[in-house]
Amino acid sequence: MNPRMMFATTKRVLDQLRHDHRSVALIMVVPALLLTGVYYLYENETLPPGFPRTFDRVGLMMLAIFPFVVMFLVTSITMLRERTSGTLERLLTTPIHKADLLFGYALAFSIMAALQSLVATAVAYWIFNLDIKGGPGYVVMIAVINAVLGVALGLLCSAFARTEFQAVQFMPVVVIPQILLCGLFVARDHMNSLLEGISNVLPLTFSVDALQQIADNTEATQTMWQDAGIMAAIVIGVLVLASFTLRRRTS
Amino acid sequence: MSHSAPGSNAPGMPPAVKAEGLHVTRGHKKILRGVDFAMETGRITGLLGPSGSGKTSLMRCIVGVQRLTAGSVEVLGRPAGTPSLRHDVGYVTQAPSVYTDLSVEANVRYFGAMHGVSAADTAEAIAAVGLETLARQRTADLSGGEFSRVSLACALVSRPKLLILDEPTVGLDPVLRAELWERFAAMAEAGTTLLVSSHVMEEASHCSSLLLLREGLLLAQLSPAELSERGHSNDLEQAFLHIIRETSGVPNRRSANERQVAS
Repeated sequence: MNPRMMFATTKRVLDQLRHDHRSVALIMVVPALLLTGVYYLYENETLPPGFPRTFDRVGLMMLAIFPFVVMFLVTSITMLRERTSGTLERLLTTPIHKADLLFGYALAFSIMAALQSLVATAVAYWIFNLDIKGGPGYVVMIAVINAVLGVALGLLCSAFARTEFQAVQFMPVVVIPQILLCGLFVARDHMNSLLEGISNVLPLTFSVDALQQIADNTEATQTMWQDAGIMAAIVIGVLVLASFTLRRRTS
Repeated sequence: MSHSAPGSNAPGMPPAVKAEGLHVTRGHKKILRGVDFAMETGRITGLLGPSGSGKTSLMRCIVGVQRLTAGSVEVLGRPAGTPSLRHDVGYVTQAPSVYTDLSVEANVRYFGAMHGVSAADTAEAIAAVGLETLARQRTADLSGGEFSRVSLACALVSRPKLLILDEPTVGLDPVLRAELWERFAAMAEAGTTLLVSSHVMEEASHCSSLLLLREGLLLAQLSPAELSERGHSNDLEQAFLHIIRETSGVPNRRSANERQVAS
Protein backbone atom coordinates (compact mmCIF):
# COMPACT_ATOMS: atom_id res chain seq x y z
CA MET A 1 0.00 0.00 0.00
CA ASN A 2 1.16 3.47 -0.86
CA PRO A 3 -0.90 6.36 0.57
CA ARG A 4 0.22 8.76 -2.17
CA MET A 5 -1.15 6.52 -4.93
CA MET A 6 -4.28 5.75 -2.95
CA PHE A 7 -5.10 9.41 -2.30
CA ALA A 8 -4.25 10.31 -5.90
CA THR A 9 -6.82 7.70 -6.96
CA THR A 10 -9.41 9.06 -4.52
CA LYS A 11 -8.83 12.55 -5.82
CA ARG A 12 -9.05 11.42 -9.42
CA VAL A 13 -12.34 9.55 -8.87
CA LEU A 14 -13.86 12.55 -7.06
CA ASP A 15 -12.55 14.82 -9.81
CA GLN A 16 -14.29 12.67 -12.42
CA LEU A 17 -17.51 12.78 -10.43
CA ARG A 18 -17.24 16.54 -9.90
CA HIS A 19 -17.41 17.13 -13.65
CA ASP A 20 -20.64 15.15 -13.75
CA HIS A 21 -23.04 17.58 -12.08
CA ARG A 22 -26.09 15.50 -12.80
CA SER A 23 -24.73 12.41 -11.04
CA VAL A 24 -23.68 14.49 -8.03
CA ALA A 25 -27.17 15.97 -7.84
CA LEU A 26 -28.76 12.54 -8.11
CA ILE A 27 -26.52 11.12 -5.39
CA MET A 28 -27.24 14.01 -3.02
CA VAL A 29 -30.91 14.69 -3.62
CA VAL A 30 -32.62 11.45 -4.64
CA PRO A 31 -32.40 9.63 -1.27
CA ALA A 32 -33.84 12.66 0.52
CA LEU A 33 -36.68 12.88 -2.04
CA LEU A 34 -37.46 9.17 -1.75
CA LEU A 35 -37.46 9.48 2.01
CA THR A 36 -40.00 12.27 1.65
CA GLY A 37 -42.10 9.89 -0.44
CA VAL A 38 -41.87 7.20 2.23
CA TYR A 39 -42.96 9.73 4.86
CA TYR A 40 -46.10 10.73 2.96
CA LEU A 41 -46.82 7.08 2.13
CA TYR A 42 -47.43 6.42 5.82
CA GLU A 43 -48.80 9.88 6.59
CA ASN A 44 -52.40 8.76 7.19
CA GLU A 45 -51.79 5.56 9.09
CA THR A 46 -53.82 5.20 12.26
CA LEU A 47 -51.80 4.04 15.22
CA PRO A 48 -52.83 2.80 18.65
CA PRO A 49 -51.50 5.21 21.27
CA GLY A 50 -47.86 4.66 22.16
CA PHE A 51 -47.24 2.61 19.03
CA PRO A 52 -44.23 3.77 16.91
CA ARG A 53 -44.86 5.21 13.46
CA THR A 54 -44.04 2.91 10.52
CA PHE A 55 -41.93 5.76 9.13
CA ASP A 56 -39.65 5.53 12.16
CA ARG A 57 -38.88 1.94 11.27
CA VAL A 58 -38.98 1.98 7.45
CA GLY A 59 -37.49 5.45 7.04
CA LEU A 60 -34.57 4.45 9.23
CA MET A 61 -33.90 1.33 7.14
CA MET A 62 -34.09 3.44 3.99
CA LEU A 63 -31.29 5.63 5.32
CA ALA A 64 -29.01 2.59 5.14
CA ILE A 65 -30.39 1.00 1.98
CA PHE A 66 -30.15 4.07 -0.32
CA PRO A 67 -26.39 4.53 -0.07
CA PHE A 68 -25.92 0.81 -0.61
CA VAL A 69 -27.95 0.78 -3.84
CA VAL A 70 -26.64 4.07 -5.22
CA MET A 71 -22.99 3.32 -4.53
CA PHE A 72 -23.30 -0.18 -5.97
CA LEU A 73 -24.56 1.28 -9.25
CA VAL A 74 -22.16 4.20 -9.43
CA THR A 75 -19.15 2.04 -8.63
CA SER A 76 -19.93 -0.86 -10.93
CA ILE A 77 -20.40 1.48 -13.89
CA THR A 78 -17.31 3.59 -13.10
CA MET A 79 -15.13 0.52 -12.65
CA LEU A 80 -16.51 -1.11 -15.77
CA ARG A 81 -15.58 2.02 -17.72
CA GLU A 82 -12.11 1.79 -16.24
CA ARG A 83 -11.86 -1.81 -17.42
CA THR A 84 -13.19 -1.23 -20.93
CA SER A 85 -11.42 2.07 -21.69
CA GLY A 86 -7.98 0.52 -21.21
CA THR A 87 -7.12 2.85 -18.34
CA LEU A 88 -7.17 -0.06 -15.88
CA GLU A 89 -4.69 -2.05 -17.93
CA ARG A 90 -2.56 1.03 -18.24
CA LEU A 91 -2.71 1.74 -14.51
CA LEU A 92 -1.62 -1.80 -13.79
CA THR A 93 1.55 -1.23 -15.84
CA THR A 94 2.47 1.55 -13.38
CA PRO A 95 3.78 0.94 -9.86
CA ILE A 96 0.29 1.32 -8.34
CA HIS A 97 -0.68 -1.51 -5.99
CA LYS A 98 -4.09 -3.11 -6.50
CA ALA A 99 -5.00 -2.21 -2.92
CA ASP A 100 -4.19 1.47 -3.62
CA LEU A 101 -6.63 1.41 -6.50
CA LEU A 102 -9.44 -0.42 -4.69
CA PHE A 103 -9.12 1.49 -1.42
CA GLY A 104 -8.76 4.73 -3.37
CA TYR A 105 -12.10 3.97 -4.99
CA ALA A 106 -13.66 2.88 -1.70
CA LEU A 107 -12.51 6.08 0.02
CA ALA A 108 -13.79 8.36 -2.75
CA PHE A 109 -17.25 6.82 -2.77
CA SER A 110 -17.34 6.65 1.03
CA ILE A 111 -16.89 10.41 1.09
CA MET A 112 -19.78 10.76 -1.33
CA ALA A 113 -21.84 8.31 0.73
CA ALA A 114 -21.14 10.20 3.94
CA LEU A 115 -22.35 13.44 2.33
CA GLN A 116 -25.39 11.67 0.92
CA SER A 117 -26.40 10.11 4.22
CA LEU A 118 -25.80 13.40 6.05
CA VAL A 119 -28.36 15.03 3.77
CA ALA A 120 -30.83 12.15 4.06
CA THR A 121 -30.41 11.78 7.81
CA ALA A 122 -30.80 15.52 8.33
CA VAL A 123 -34.05 15.45 6.35
CA ALA A 124 -35.29 12.46 8.34
CA TYR A 125 -34.49 14.06 11.70
CA TRP A 126 -35.27 17.70 11.18
CA ILE A 127 -38.09 17.68 8.67
CA PHE A 128 -39.87 14.44 9.48
CA ASN A 129 -38.85 14.18 13.16
CA LEU A 130 -37.52 10.64 12.93
CA ASP A 131 -38.14 9.26 16.39
CA ILE A 132 -35.51 6.74 17.49
CA LYS A 133 -33.61 6.38 20.76
CA GLY A 134 -30.04 6.29 19.42
CA GLY A 135 -28.00 9.17 18.03
CA PRO A 136 -27.90 10.22 14.36
CA GLY A 137 -24.11 9.83 14.32
CA TYR A 138 -24.46 6.05 14.54
CA VAL A 139 -27.08 6.06 11.78
CA VAL A 140 -24.67 7.90 9.49
CA MET A 141 -21.89 5.49 10.45
CA ILE A 142 -23.97 2.45 9.49
CA ALA A 143 -25.06 4.20 6.29
CA VAL A 144 -21.42 4.80 5.34
CA ILE A 145 -20.45 1.19 6.04
CA ASN A 146 -23.37 0.15 3.84
CA ALA A 147 -22.19 2.48 1.09
CA VAL A 148 -18.71 0.98 1.25
CA LEU A 149 -20.32 -2.45 1.00
CA GLY A 150 -22.08 -1.22 -2.16
CA VAL A 151 -18.73 0.04 -3.49
CA ALA A 152 -16.99 -3.26 -2.75
CA LEU A 153 -19.72 -5.34 -4.39
CA GLY A 154 -19.80 -2.95 -7.35
CA LEU A 155 -16.04 -3.29 -7.84
CA LEU A 156 -16.36 -7.07 -7.73
CA CYS A 157 -19.41 -7.33 -10.01
CA SER A 158 -17.90 -5.06 -12.65
CA ALA A 159 -15.47 -7.89 -13.40
CA PHE A 160 -18.33 -10.09 -14.57
CA ALA A 161 -19.95 -7.55 -16.88
CA ARG A 162 -18.73 -6.69 -20.34
CA THR A 163 -21.06 -3.78 -20.98
CA GLU A 164 -22.74 -1.14 -18.87
CA PHE A 165 -26.04 -2.78 -19.75
CA GLN A 166 -24.89 -6.04 -18.16
CA ALA A 167 -23.52 -4.19 -15.15
CA VAL A 168 -26.93 -2.72 -14.42
CA GLN A 169 -28.45 -6.21 -14.60
CA PHE A 170 -26.42 -7.20 -11.58
CA MET A 171 -28.58 -4.99 -9.43
CA PRO A 172 -31.59 -7.36 -9.34
CA VAL A 173 -29.19 -10.24 -8.67
CA VAL A 174 -27.02 -8.73 -5.97
CA VAL A 175 -29.01 -5.91 -4.41
CA ILE A 176 -32.71 -6.76 -4.47
CA PRO A 177 -32.51 -10.15 -2.66
CA GLN A 178 -30.69 -8.39 0.16
CA ILE A 179 -33.40 -5.73 0.40
CA LEU A 180 -36.17 -8.37 0.36
CA LEU A 181 -34.56 -10.52 3.03
CA CYS A 182 -32.98 -7.92 5.32
CA GLY A 183 -36.03 -7.73 7.60
CA LEU A 184 -37.56 -4.62 6.09
CA PHE A 185 -40.65 -6.32 4.65
CA VAL A 186 -41.00 -9.32 6.93
CA ALA A 187 -39.32 -9.76 10.30
CA ARG A 188 -36.59 -12.32 9.81
CA ASP A 189 -37.84 -14.68 12.53
CA HIS A 190 -41.13 -14.96 10.63
CA MET A 191 -39.46 -16.22 7.45
CA ASN A 192 -39.29 -19.90 6.57
CA SER A 193 -36.05 -21.54 7.62
CA LEU A 194 -34.51 -21.51 4.13
CA LEU A 195 -35.08 -17.79 3.58
CA GLU A 196 -34.01 -17.01 7.12
CA GLY A 197 -30.86 -19.06 6.58
CA ILE A 198 -30.06 -17.04 3.45
CA SER A 199 -30.85 -13.76 5.17
CA ASN A 200 -28.50 -14.71 8.02
CA VAL A 201 -25.50 -14.54 5.71
CA LEU A 202 -26.45 -11.51 3.60
CA PRO A 203 -24.47 -8.39 4.54
CA LEU A 204 -27.42 -5.98 4.49
CA THR A 205 -29.09 -8.05 7.25
CA PHE A 206 -26.38 -7.00 9.68
CA SER A 207 -26.84 -3.32 8.97
CA VAL A 208 -30.60 -3.54 9.43
CA ASP A 209 -29.99 -5.35 12.71
CA ALA A 210 -27.53 -2.63 13.73
CA LEU A 211 -30.07 0.07 12.90
CA GLN A 212 -32.69 -1.68 15.02
CA GLN A 213 -30.20 -1.67 17.87
CA ILE A 214 -29.70 2.06 17.40
CA ALA A 215 -33.47 2.63 17.28
CA ASP A 216 -34.12 0.72 20.49
CA ASN A 217 -31.24 1.90 22.67
CA THR A 218 -29.99 5.34 23.67
CA GLU A 219 -26.42 4.04 24.01
CA ALA A 220 -24.48 2.05 21.43
CA THR A 221 -24.92 -1.64 22.20
CA GLN A 222 -22.48 -4.50 22.00
CA THR A 223 -24.67 -6.08 19.29
CA MET A 224 -24.51 -2.92 17.18
CA TRP A 225 -20.72 -2.85 17.29
CA GLN A 226 -20.66 -6.56 16.52
CA ASP A 227 -22.91 -6.02 13.47
CA ALA A 228 -20.75 -3.12 12.32
CA GLY A 229 -17.64 -5.25 12.79
CA ILE A 230 -19.09 -8.10 10.73
CA MET A 231 -20.07 -5.63 7.98
CA ALA A 232 -16.54 -4.22 7.93
CA ALA A 233 -15.09 -7.72 7.70
CA ILE A 234 -17.42 -8.55 4.80
CA VAL A 235 -16.36 -5.33 3.04
CA ILE A 236 -12.68 -6.24 3.39
CA GLY A 237 -13.41 -9.77 2.18
CA VAL A 238 -15.26 -8.53 -0.91
CA LEU A 239 -12.48 -6.01 -1.66
CA VAL A 240 -9.92 -8.83 -1.48
CA LEU A 241 -12.06 -10.87 -3.90
CA ALA A 242 -12.29 -7.81 -6.16
CA SER A 243 -8.51 -7.49 -6.13
CA PHE A 244 -8.26 -10.99 -7.63
CA THR A 245 -10.24 -9.74 -10.62
CA LEU A 246 -7.55 -7.12 -11.35
CA ARG A 247 -4.95 -8.96 -13.38
CA ARG A 248 -1.69 -7.42 -14.44
CA ARG A 249 -1.00 -10.18 -16.91
CA THR A 250 -3.63 -11.51 -19.32
CA SER A 251 -3.58 -13.93 -22.22
CA MET B 1 19.72 11.21 -34.58
CA SER B 2 21.52 8.41 -36.26
CA HIS B 3 20.33 6.03 -38.90
CA SER B 4 23.27 3.76 -38.30
CA ALA B 5 22.99 0.00 -38.48
CA PRO B 6 22.38 -2.02 -35.33
CA GLY B 7 25.58 -3.15 -33.71
CA SER B 8 27.28 0.20 -34.02
CA ASN B 9 26.36 1.09 -30.43
CA ALA B 10 28.99 1.36 -27.72
CA PRO B 11 30.46 -2.11 -27.23
CA GLY B 12 29.61 -3.90 -24.01
CA MET B 13 26.30 -2.09 -23.66
CA PRO B 14 23.71 -4.70 -22.68
CA PRO B 15 20.57 -4.77 -24.83
CA ALA B 16 17.56 -2.90 -23.45
CA VAL B 17 15.28 -5.72 -24.50
CA LYS B 18 16.16 -9.30 -25.29
CA ALA B 19 13.57 -11.82 -26.42
CA GLU B 20 14.25 -15.50 -26.91
CA GLY B 21 11.97 -18.10 -28.45
CA LEU B 22 8.91 -16.01 -27.79
CA HIS B 23 5.63 -17.90 -28.30
CA VAL B 24 2.17 -16.53 -27.56
CA THR B 25 -0.97 -18.57 -28.16
CA ARG B 26 -4.47 -17.27 -27.60
CA GLY B 27 -7.00 -20.08 -27.67
CA HIS B 28 -5.96 -22.12 -30.69
CA LYS B 29 -4.52 -19.12 -32.47
CA LYS B 30 -0.76 -18.82 -32.60
CA ILE B 31 -0.06 -15.10 -32.24
CA LEU B 32 3.73 -15.23 -31.96
CA ARG B 33 5.60 -18.27 -33.23
CA GLY B 34 9.15 -18.15 -31.91
CA VAL B 35 10.50 -14.61 -32.00
CA ASP B 36 14.12 -13.75 -31.10
CA PHE B 37 15.56 -10.28 -31.12
CA ALA B 38 17.53 -7.74 -29.11
CA MET B 39 16.96 -4.00 -28.86
CA GLU B 40 19.80 -1.58 -28.35
CA THR B 41 19.75 0.96 -25.55
CA GLY B 42 19.17 4.57 -26.55
CA ARG B 43 17.87 3.76 -30.01
CA ILE B 44 14.55 3.85 -31.79
CA THR B 45 13.49 0.42 -32.92
CA GLY B 46 10.61 0.23 -35.35
CA LEU B 47 8.19 -2.67 -35.18
CA LEU B 48 6.64 -3.04 -38.58
CA GLY B 49 4.20 -5.41 -40.09
CA PRO B 50 0.68 -5.68 -41.42
CA SER B 51 -2.17 -5.49 -38.93
CA GLY B 52 -2.74 -8.84 -37.26
CA SER B 53 0.95 -9.73 -37.49
CA GLY B 54 1.37 -9.78 -33.70
CA LYS B 55 2.86 -6.31 -33.12
CA THR B 56 0.65 -5.45 -30.16
CA SER B 57 1.13 -8.87 -28.54
CA LEU B 58 4.89 -8.51 -28.90
CA MET B 59 4.76 -5.09 -27.24
CA ARG B 60 2.58 -6.44 -24.46
CA CYS B 61 5.18 -9.18 -23.86
CA ILE B 62 7.84 -6.52 -23.32
CA VAL B 63 5.61 -4.47 -21.03
CA GLY B 64 4.92 -7.66 -19.09
CA VAL B 65 1.13 -7.75 -19.38
CA GLN B 66 1.01 -10.62 -21.86
CA ARG B 67 1.06 -14.20 -20.66
CA LEU B 68 3.79 -16.07 -22.55
CA THR B 69 3.24 -19.57 -23.88
CA ALA B 70 6.97 -20.17 -24.19
CA GLY B 71 10.22 -18.25 -24.33
CA SER B 72 11.52 -15.33 -22.32
CA VAL B 73 11.79 -11.57 -22.47
CA GLU B 74 14.40 -9.66 -20.54
CA VAL B 75 13.90 -5.91 -20.14
CA LEU B 76 16.67 -3.65 -18.81
CA GLY B 77 18.34 -6.77 -17.40
CA ARG B 78 15.27 -8.07 -15.58
CA PRO B 79 12.53 -10.49 -16.66
CA ALA B 80 9.62 -8.60 -18.27
CA GLY B 81 6.86 -7.93 -15.76
CA THR B 82 9.20 -7.59 -12.76
CA PRO B 83 7.55 -5.07 -10.38
CA SER B 84 10.59 -2.76 -10.32
CA LEU B 85 10.28 -2.38 -14.11
CA ARG B 86 6.95 -0.57 -13.70
CA HIS B 87 8.95 2.57 -12.88
CA ASP B 88 11.13 2.25 -15.96
CA VAL B 89 8.82 1.13 -18.74
CA GLY B 90 6.21 3.40 -20.30
CA TYR B 91 3.48 1.95 -22.49
CA VAL B 92 1.13 3.83 -24.79
CA THR B 93 -1.61 1.60 -26.13
CA GLN B 94 -2.98 1.99 -29.62
CA ALA B 95 -6.38 3.22 -28.43
CA PRO B 96 -5.70 6.24 -26.20
CA SER B 97 -6.30 5.08 -22.62
CA VAL B 98 -7.00 8.21 -20.59
CA TYR B 99 -9.91 9.48 -18.53
CA THR B 100 -12.10 11.36 -20.98
CA ASP B 101 -14.01 13.18 -18.24
CA LEU B 102 -10.84 14.71 -16.78
CA SER B 103 -8.76 17.62 -18.03
CA VAL B 104 -5.48 17.01 -19.84
CA GLU B 105 -3.62 18.21 -16.77
CA ALA B 106 -5.58 15.99 -14.35
CA ASN B 107 -4.85 12.94 -16.49
CA VAL B 108 -1.12 13.58 -16.68
CA ARG B 109 -0.98 14.52 -13.00
CA TYR B 110 -2.72 11.28 -12.00
CA PHE B 111 -0.41 9.00 -13.97
CA GLY B 112 2.52 11.09 -12.77
CA ALA B 113 1.43 10.53 -9.17
CA MET B 114 2.15 6.84 -9.63
CA HIS B 115 5.80 7.80 -10.05
CA GLY B 116 5.86 10.61 -7.53
CA VAL B 117 6.64 13.31 -10.07
CA SER B 118 6.44 17.07 -9.43
CA ALA B 119 4.03 19.62 -10.88
CA ALA B 120 6.87 20.84 -13.10
CA ASP B 121 7.24 17.35 -14.58
CA THR B 122 3.52 17.30 -15.34
CA ALA B 123 3.74 20.65 -17.12
CA GLU B 124 6.81 19.49 -19.02
CA ALA B 125 5.12 16.30 -20.25
CA ILE B 126 2.15 18.33 -21.47
CA ALA B 127 4.48 20.79 -23.22
CA ALA B 128 6.36 17.89 -24.80
CA VAL B 129 3.26 16.90 -26.75
CA GLY B 130 2.35 20.52 -27.51
CA LEU B 131 -0.83 20.69 -25.46
CA GLU B 132 0.13 23.55 -23.08
CA THR B 133 -2.71 25.74 -24.26
CA LEU B 134 -5.25 22.94 -23.83
CA ALA B 135 -4.05 21.76 -20.41
CA ARG B 136 -7.29 22.68 -18.68
CA GLN B 137 -9.58 21.34 -21.40
CA ARG B 138 -11.63 18.26 -20.78
CA THR B 139 -10.02 15.39 -22.70
CA ALA B 140 -13.35 14.38 -24.25
CA ASP B 141 -13.56 17.79 -25.98
CA LEU B 142 -10.26 17.37 -27.81
CA SER B 143 -9.74 16.28 -31.41
CA GLY B 144 -8.55 12.75 -32.18
CA GLY B 145 -4.93 13.76 -32.61
CA GLU B 146 -4.88 15.84 -29.43
CA PHE B 147 -6.54 12.99 -27.59
CA SER B 148 -3.83 10.50 -28.51
CA ARG B 149 -1.16 13.01 -27.48
CA VAL B 150 -2.68 13.17 -23.99
CA SER B 151 -2.17 9.42 -23.80
CA LEU B 152 1.46 9.91 -24.84
CA ALA B 153 2.00 12.66 -22.24
CA CYS B 154 0.72 10.29 -19.55
CA ALA B 155 3.58 7.93 -20.44
CA LEU B 156 6.25 10.65 -20.86
CA VAL B 157 5.55 12.10 -17.41
CA SER B 158 7.39 9.28 -15.64
CA ARG B 159 10.49 9.70 -17.86
CA PRO B 160 10.68 5.97 -18.63
CA LYS B 161 13.97 4.38 -19.66
CA LEU B 162 12.08 2.25 -22.15
CA LEU B 163 9.07 3.63 -24.00
CA ILE B 164 6.76 1.28 -25.90
CA LEU B 165 4.50 3.08 -28.35
CA ASP B 166 1.78 1.23 -30.23
CA GLU B 167 1.03 3.10 -33.47
CA PRO B 168 1.51 6.56 -31.91
CA THR B 169 1.25 8.46 -35.18
CA VAL B 170 -2.04 7.03 -36.45
CA GLY B 171 -4.51 9.79 -37.22
CA LEU B 172 -1.96 12.60 -36.86
CA ASP B 173 -1.41 15.14 -39.58
CA PRO B 174 2.00 15.21 -41.31
CA VAL B 175 3.24 18.24 -39.37
CA LEU B 176 2.46 16.67 -36.02
CA ARG B 177 3.88 13.36 -37.12
CA ALA B 178 7.18 15.02 -38.04
CA GLU B 179 7.24 16.85 -34.70
CA LEU B 180 6.61 13.62 -32.82
CA TRP B 181 9.42 11.82 -34.61
CA GLU B 182 11.75 14.72 -33.75
CA ARG B 183 10.73 14.33 -30.13
CA PHE B 184 11.38 10.58 -30.24
CA ALA B 185 14.80 11.21 -31.77
CA ALA B 186 15.65 13.72 -29.03
CA MET B 187 14.57 11.24 -26.39
CA ALA B 188 16.72 8.51 -27.91
CA GLU B 189 19.62 10.96 -27.98
CA ALA B 190 19.10 11.50 -24.25
CA GLY B 191 19.34 7.77 -23.63
CA THR B 192 15.74 6.56 -23.79
CA THR B 193 15.12 3.34 -25.67
CA LEU B 194 12.02 3.42 -27.85
CA LEU B 195 10.01 0.74 -29.57
CA VAL B 196 7.54 2.22 -32.02
CA SER B 197 5.10 0.14 -34.00
CA SER B 198 3.62 1.24 -37.26
CA HIS B 199 2.08 -0.22 -40.33
CA VAL B 200 3.17 2.79 -42.37
CA MET B 201 6.50 1.85 -43.89
CA GLU B 202 7.56 5.42 -44.61
CA GLU B 203 7.99 5.90 -40.87
CA ALA B 204 10.64 3.18 -40.85
CA SER B 205 13.27 5.66 -42.01
CA HIS B 206 13.14 7.38 -38.59
CA CYS B 207 14.29 4.22 -36.81
CA SER B 208 17.79 2.92 -36.36
CA SER B 209 16.67 -0.68 -36.37
CA LEU B 210 13.59 -2.39 -37.75
CA LEU B 211 11.80 -5.53 -36.67
CA LEU B 212 9.74 -6.88 -39.55
CA LEU B 213 6.93 -9.02 -38.25
CA ARG B 214 4.53 -11.11 -40.28
CA GLU B 215 2.07 -13.74 -39.11
CA GLY B 216 3.80 -14.08 -35.76
CA LEU B 217 7.24 -14.59 -37.23
CA LEU B 218 10.15 -12.17 -37.29
CA LEU B 219 11.10 -11.90 -40.97
CA ALA B 220 14.17 -9.80 -40.34
CA GLN B 221 15.88 -7.35 -38.04
CA LEU B 222 17.79 -4.77 -40.01
CA SER B 223 18.43 -1.06 -40.50
CA PRO B 224 16.39 0.98 -43.00
CA ALA B 225 19.44 1.05 -45.31
CA GLU B 226 19.72 -2.72 -45.16
CA LEU B 227 15.99 -3.02 -45.79
CA SER B 228 16.15 -1.06 -49.03
CA GLU B 229 19.21 -3.03 -50.06
CA ARG B 230 17.71 -6.43 -49.30
CA GLY B 231 14.35 -5.43 -50.73
CA HIS B 232 15.93 -3.91 -53.85
CA SER B 233 14.00 -0.64 -53.51
CA ASN B 234 14.48 2.78 -51.98
CA ASP B 235 10.77 2.73 -51.34
CA LEU B 236 10.69 0.95 -47.98
CA GLU B 237 7.17 -0.30 -48.59
CA GLN B 238 8.22 -1.96 -51.82
CA ALA B 239 11.31 -3.33 -50.09
CA PHE B 240 9.19 -4.83 -47.32
CA LEU B 241 6.82 -6.38 -49.84
CA HIS B 242 9.80 -7.83 -51.65
CA ILE B 243 11.11 -9.44 -48.48
CA ILE B 244 7.66 -10.86 -47.72
CA ARG B 245 7.48 -12.43 -51.18
CA GLU B 246 11.01 -13.69 -50.85
CA THR B 247 10.40 -15.36 -47.47
CA SER B 248 7.03 -16.81 -48.44
CA GLY B 249 8.46 -18.27 -51.63
CA VAL B 250 6.27 -16.30 -54.04
CA PRO B 251 8.24 -15.48 -57.19
CA ASN B 252 9.12 -11.81 -57.54
CA ARG B 253 7.83 -10.85 -60.93
CA ARG B 254 8.91 -7.25 -60.52
CA SER B 255 12.22 -7.90 -58.83
CA ALA B 256 14.24 -7.31 -61.95
CA ASN B 257 12.72 -3.85 -62.40
CA GLU B 258 13.15 -3.01 -58.78
CA ARG B 259 16.78 -3.99 -58.88
CA GLN B 260 17.29 -1.52 -61.66
CA VAL B 261 15.51 1.22 -59.71
CA ALA B 262 17.51 0.55 -56.61
CA SER B 263 20.90 0.51 -58.27
